[in-house]
Amino acid sequence: METERSNVSLERRAWAIRRNALLMGEVQGQGYIGQALGVADVLAVSYFHALTYRADDPEWDGRDRFYLSIGHYAIALYAAMIEAGILPEDEIGTYGMDDSRMPMSGMAAYTPGMEITGGSLGHGLGIAVGAALGLKRKKNPAFVYNMLSDGELGEGSTWEAVMSAVQWKLDNLIAVVDFNNQQADGPTTQALAQVPEAAKWDAFGWFAQEVDGNDMNAVVAAFDAARHHKGAQPRVIICNTKMCKGIPFLEDREITHFVRVEPEEWAKALSILDEGKPA
Amino acid sequence: MNKQELSRRQSKYTARVAPKGERLATSAMIASLDSEGRDTIAAPFGHALVDLAKTREDIVGLTADLSKYTDLHVFAKAYPDRFYQMGMAEAVLMSAAAGLAREGFTPFATTYAVFASRRAYDFIIMAIAEENLPVKIVCALPGLTTGYGPSHQATEDLAIMRGMPNLTIIDPCDAVEIDQATRAIADHPGPVYMRLLRGQVPNVLGEYGYKFKLGKAQMLRDGRDVLFVSSGFMTMRTLDAAKALQKDGVDCGVLHVPTIKPLDTETIIAEACKGGRLVVTAENHSVTGGLGEAVAATLMRAGVHVPFRQIGLPDAFLDAGALPTLHDQYGISVDAVTTSVKGWLA
Repeated sequence: METERSNVSLERRAWAIRRNALLMGEVQGQGYIGQALGVADVLAVSYFHALTYRADDPEWDGRDRFYLSIGHYAIALYAAMIEAGILPEDEIGTYGMDDSRMPMSGMAAYTPGMEITGGSLGHGLGIAVGAALGLKRKKNPAFVYNMLSDGELGEGSTWEAVMSAVQWKLDNLIAVVDFNNQQADGPTTQALAQVPEAAKWDAFGWFAQEVDGNDMNAVVAAFDAARHHKGAQPRVIICNTKMCKGIPFLEDREITHFVRVEPEEWAKALSILDEGKPA
Repeated sequence: MNKQELSRRQSKYTARVAPKGERLATSAMIASLDSEGRDTIAAPFGHALVDLAKTREDIVGLTADLSKYTDLHVFAKAYPDRFYQMGMAEAVLMSAAAGLAREGFTPFATTYAVFASRRAYDFIIMAIAEENLPVKIVCALPGLTTGYGPSHQATEDLAIMRGMPNLTIIDPCDAVEIDQATRAIADHPGPVYMRLLRGQVPNVLGEYGYKFKLGKAQMLRDGRDVLFVSSGFMTMRTLDAAKALQKDGVDCGVLHVPTIKPLDTETIIAEACKGGRLVVTAENHSVTGGLGEAVAATLMRAGVHVPFRQIGLPDAFLDAGALPTLHDQYGISVDAVTTSVKGWLA
């Protein structure tokens, strides 16, 4: 029941995710584009290497679940699901518009393939614990992935779920943390993330890996190791990503939680991306 | 997911069609509540707090990663050593505010209304309210002031907070009132929950010579046919609707009720008793458990039987979308209010 692998490179998938995200950002003239560009490589590996799913049947019970805690990253997940064929490409222009199936914050009731309603941070990992328990009860071998942000690790409820997953030996649970060191008010490492992150998860009993989330080979290796690890414990991949990755003039901009892009800069960003189109 | 639930979900999203033609874009979460052509004042809460802090050394500010989005960054910049960035952690935000209050400080703790009312409730009620500590909880995005959907729309925060003993609840209308209320709640000896409009906030009450008084409802204009009883930015809407209805010969009074708890029952009863007016409550909140039901209960308990209607958000999870679209859709725009009142009077 494995998803068919194509011979399109992961670099090309990540490029397409970035491109879809830029096109959606252009529609609204705003958006969490910095996060989407940063996390594109991790999503490429998730949707085109690691996850099992059927694009034409997002509710298929054999699928790996991908829970997006961080509702504002919806632009990035839509971009990936469009590339994956779960969402139709011709809806890109509706992103964030009234009556769209792709609202600016990700919600389960709006979008095929959007498993949970995110946006209120600190919920995803707890729901993932329950889903992982449920899959085990059903003897369903699927994995539950939960994509969290670094800021979300400040929420106490996240750590309740961290401990619970260890208690229940959830070896079918993989947490993916997008660590871009940027939360709403500033750098995460100047707030509650002042201690190295992977060491914390390791101390709590998780199989913890920390990788450069913009190094495709490293991300692939980490996802493979997480899936094939033999220990009866949950797994976490801390992905250190760079906001705005792939668009140098945006990478160099003073990075904030909500990156400002001037109206004429969307086309400029798209042309820069197109110049670097991978094979 | 069971079959019934699955089918509900699928029907919901397959029923949504791709928009055709011109549609409004979702306004930014951080966008101010705009009012075309109206004067605005920048960050009234932040500036009032900075002004207060000049003479009140007990005032400190805390936030859970939302200083920029609650205007507390103005205070943080002016008094960096009196500002605590608590990170994305609302439970410890409230518990630590309680601890600071126990040591004699007057903490202003900010986050979004959804996170204070939903997530931090237990920490507010036990650590702060039960001990009657002077913590001021000031929250942006009250009611329907963002198009981001239920995760950010605090449509039931007043219902939640009204259940908490000792807590004073303020729902200010505009920049003038936010400035005055910030000063008033700093002087109040107990805990306060205040809804906040941030960024460029309209100046509405300036022309009425209004002065905020904690616990007091005030008539902003009188009228023979309809008595609006409104709070928060819905008072902007009822004032505008009253002007619009005037042109159709409908004379509307507006009683502004910024203090939701304790409610100024004396003024509400006295005004409701004045001569055969249709009483219409209007609030930026669910029709369940907010101002409307508080006023209705007040009148019933006092044996006041008058024609009564309620304007508020439905008891539902609201859509995502552009605010003007949503305010029309859910009946709290000026046009929608005007239309409702005309329908009731017809």
